[in-house]
Amino acid sequence: MNYQLSFTQIWRHFDKLSYGVLLSIELAVIAILIGAVIGLTLAVIYVSSGRVVRAFISAYVEFIRNVPLLLLVYLVFYGLPTVVNIAYDASTSFIVTLSVYAGAYLVEVFRSGLDAVPKGLLDAGKAMGLTPWQRLLHVRLPTMTRITLPALSNTFISLFKDTSIASVIAVPELTFGAQWINNRTFRIVEVYAVTTVIYLVAGYLILFGLRMLERRFRVER
Amino acid sequence: MSAIPLLKISRLTKSFGTNQVLKSVDLEVTAGEVVTVIGPSGGGKTTLLRCVNFLEAYDGGSIKIDGREVGYTDNAGGKKRGEVDLAAMRAETGMVFQSFNLFPHLNAEQNVMLGLRQVRKKPHKEALEIARHWLDRVGLSHKTGSLPSELSGGQQQRVGIARAVAMDPKILLLDEITSALDPELVNEVLDVVRQLASDGMTMLIVTHEIAFARDASHRIVFVADGSVSAQGKPDELMAEVANNERLRSFLSRFSATAH
Repeated sequence: MNYQLSFTQIWRHFDKLSYGVLLSIELAVIAILIGAVIGLTLAVIYVSSGRVVRAFISAYVEFIRNVPLLLLVYLVFYGLPTVVNIAYDASTSFIVTLSVYAGAYLVEVFRSGLDAVPKGLLDAGKAMGLTPWQRLLHVRLPTMTRITLPALSNTFISLFKDTSIASVIAVPELTFGAQWINNRTFRIVEVYAVTTVIYLVAGYLILFGLRMLERRFRVER
Repeated sequence: MSAIPLLKISRLTKSFGTNQVLKSVDLEVTAGEVVTVIGPSGGGKTTLLRCVNFLEAYDGGSIKIDGREVGYTDNAGGKKRGEVDLAAMRAETGMVFQSFNLFPHLNAEQNVMLGLRQVRKKPHKEALEIARHWLDRVGLSHKTGSLPSELSGGQQQRVGIARAVAMDPKILLLDEITSALDPELVNEVLDVVRQLASDGMTMLIVTHEIAFARDASHRIVFVADGSVSAQGKPDELMAEVANNERLRSFLSRFSATAH
């Protein structure tokens, strides 16, 4: 074993990594935003609907949760255009996939959050004469937000890491950038070590931001 | 001018599954009256109170506030009112809870303002003035900006009272409002209730504070085993003890624990 670590080649192509991490964050943020809209909407519908609607939402959640993300990415990018006549670039395809994937996980997070709102608070809202919609808007959602923040942090970090899967359809995010440099330089240890550090730092920064939010909105019960 | 009762409950029944909690309750409260409901735990006191603003749907009989049937368009078994109608109806009553139930994301002022803004549709400035007025009345003018988590139990409950009375309800329902408080905080809350009573607020109070019931209410209603077992002015009820076995054993248990 006489391997000499050398990062020179990595720094030379560092733009692939810096561009990559920004794209990773962008993919994650867009997918989380769309996924949050899907998740919140379906969670609210779920808790206020009958069995049939609930069954449909559960089916969506269970389907997504039991199929590997990698497979979904292939299905949407390669499969969908052959069935339906649409064309889209790899990034868009991945955002669609990750949004639908995030939505399923977030339905569960928001649903358990809505269920965890203390019944007494809803009684208080009812007793003062708030309509169901006003109770949702002014009591249930604000309380739920505070309850779900810790679980949301975990989901957000997972989704950020899941953007690495976009590399399989050549979306030039961080992992793809690392592969690209590796293919050029064969500096496998160095490039993946640097990439790991970048994931760690970015992930930690996201977590740190969310922890600040949690502290600000902590709910006392 | 014999007063028409503001609240008229007749032959009220309510079951949870096979457990019949209320077996034909009759009760009237006239405007300005303070009526206290006492009785053993599990006797249906809280359920009775929660039927009055339809937090619990009752099964039979009738509850009328100002002549209007609560919860149903006719009697129990009639058509249930729609959610918006129910909400408007509940706004006529105020409720204070055993566990305070303040909204944790809103400060004291905002807790009081929510109903004024959303239900009474008051402009922001007016709602703020009303909220500050009532927080001042309950002795919390220095805590208007505090979150519930920053307040003691007694302070939280006083915000709870301010939140309910600020809506100018026809009747105020108090559900064991001192049961969750440390003993030394009970009086600051009861003092507020005494003040409201002397202002002429109509109140239906469920409590375990027998001494308070005796000196603050016009009438005491003893509910046991799902129905009204005895009622009367405080001294009348105490005179009743000799003839009412259940009342006697209930009150004796109380004086036993008081020592």
